[in-house]
Amino acid sequence: MIQLSKVLKRYSSEVSIGPVDLEIPSGGITALVGPNGAGKSTMLTMIGRLLGMDEGSITIAGYDVASTKSRDLATIVSILRQENHFITRLTVRQLVGFGRFPYSQGRLNRDDEAIISRYIDFLDLRELETRYLDELSGGQRQRAYVAMVLCQETDYVLLDEPLNNLDIAHSVTMMRHLRAAAAEFDRTIIVVLHDINFAAAYADYICAMKDGAIAEFGPPSAIMRDGVLSTLFNTDITVIPGPNGRPVAIYF
Amino acid sequence: MTGLTTAGPRAPRARSRLFDPRVLLGVLVVAALLVASLFVGVYDVLGSADGWQMFLITRVPRTIALVLAGAAMAMSGLVMQLLTQNRFVEPTTTGTTEWAGLGLLATMIAFPNPPLLVRMVGAVLFAFLGTMVFFAFLRRVTLRSSLIVPLVGIMLGAVVGSISTFVALQTNTLQSLGVWFAGSFVGAIEGQYEVLWIVALVVIAIFLVADRLTVAGLGEDIATNVGLNYHRIVMLGTGLIAIATGVVTVVVGNLPFLGLIVPNIVSMLRGDDLRSNLPWVALLGIGVVTACDILARTIIMPFEVPVSLILGIVGAAVFIGLLLRQRRRGSR
Repeated sequence: MIQLSKVLKRYSSEVSIGPVDLEIPSGGITALVGPNGAGKSTMLTMIGRLLGMDEGSITIAGYDVASTKSRDLATIVSILRQENHFITRLTVRQLVGFGRFPYSQGRLNRDDEAIISRYIDFLDLRELETRYLDELSGGQRQRAYVAMVLCQETDYVLLDEPLNNLDIAHSVTMMRHLRAAAAEFDRTIIVVLHDINFAAAYADYICAMKDGAIAEFGPPSAIMRDGVLSTLFNTDITVIPGPNGRPVAIYF
Repeated sequence: MTGLTTAGPRAPRARSRLFDPRVLLGVLVVAALLVASLFVGVYDVLGSADGWQMFLITRVPRTIALVLAGAAMAMSGLVMQLLTQNRFVEPTTTGTTEWAGLGLLATMIAFPNPPLLVRMVGAVLFAFLGTMVFFAFLRRVTLRSSLIVPLVGIMLGAVVGSISTFVALQTNTLQSLGVWFAGSFVGAIEGQYEVLWIVALVVIAIFLVADRLTVAGLGEDIATNVGLNYHRIVMLGTGLIAIATGVVTVVVGNLPFLGLIVPNIVSMLRGDDLRSNLPWVALLGIGVVTACDILARTIIMPFEVPVSLILGIVGAAVFIGLLLRQRRRGSR
């Protein structure tokens, strides 16, 4: 369980995120949705201790994010940001291997290698594992990054817009992988999504944010309603029943 | 999509071994260069009566200095590239060398005729300070395109260099400033070069923290995510760079581009597994600086030109080549 209490981040005297009180249950996928500038990424990076908060506290599985040693947190929670760009020329396998750093401090043993192989296979990267990242397509590269954070084997996985720049087929594949990871490895995955329909189709809970505060929190059935979505996004949105019983939001 | 298959042959491991038989081949080539360096010079060490003595006083120290300075500067360049996440930085394109020079000058003014050790401490301290100034500056500019960063560094270095020149003019030390700005191994003789052994410790330290430096090279977010104390490793890396640059500056002087071209060539050929690359970076650094020094000694025999002159020409050519290559590959 992730617990936020009175979390506040001030950007300037007018712009601030919070104070937010929120409880994210363990297990499954929780999608963070909302309009641009609602504070989704800020919230996620604060939970992942990449950004300090000005007030309040966050605990993950009982560990206080601000006071727990970063090295210990690295075995409880992992976070992947949107922009990942570095000059180091790494192969897919080398990148995924960095997910073992919290345990091995860089000296990978045979168990680590087996775990790395498992997640490379899990994300269908086996054919690509010796290729350099700069030789991959955007979708393949994104899968490699996700393999790295899964390889960290943390109970909590935070992903900031993992579908960014992915086409429809790659987005669907990515969400299926995340669903499978949540089920197979018993992970709690929190993911920022832009497309409300992806959230409705794959998430167990949707957390809707607006103007730096939590607007709604609940299962997709509670969020996927005309009134809720129209207010959230300031646009007329109609929800219709889609195929296999899932609601679909229409906004044009 | 089966999740848990681990059967089947998997050739590659996530990291290559530190030791690779091909390194031996590289060692042989560099060793041949070093032997050549031992016997290249105006003085006939084989024919003269006191040849053996001269050999021990000048040639051996000079060759050891080449090994130490070459390895240390090439590896410092690599560390700096990881910490800034930029392929085009190294101690001479970030102002670190100029700061070391200013430190050297400061000790010469503060203490008349300072011993070597004092000069060195001054150079190292200023190099550390200057590099931190550069890093602090980088954190504030959002425009971190790969060419802006070294440009900022070169400008910063030019400003510090002009301050040094001004101070030297005022204090009548311009000549000694000129002597060390032109990096040369002429002064690497018995009784003068020994402090260079300090950089051997830097080289060892870089080997020991290689994994952490590699993770830091993936950026603050990923490094923090896997539990690394990013700021601590940046301080440590900067300290190592400052010691190497400061000591080499005091004994040898300015060695331009060495830290830039060597890591880039190695990464081009082998990818970026830092630990298994380190021996190659050290070897190539030694090889390049030795070859340039031999050239510097022979080109206008019986005189010699500063090695920085040769390195500057070779390095600039390779640098431009790298830039063009990057542009072709879709500049990033």
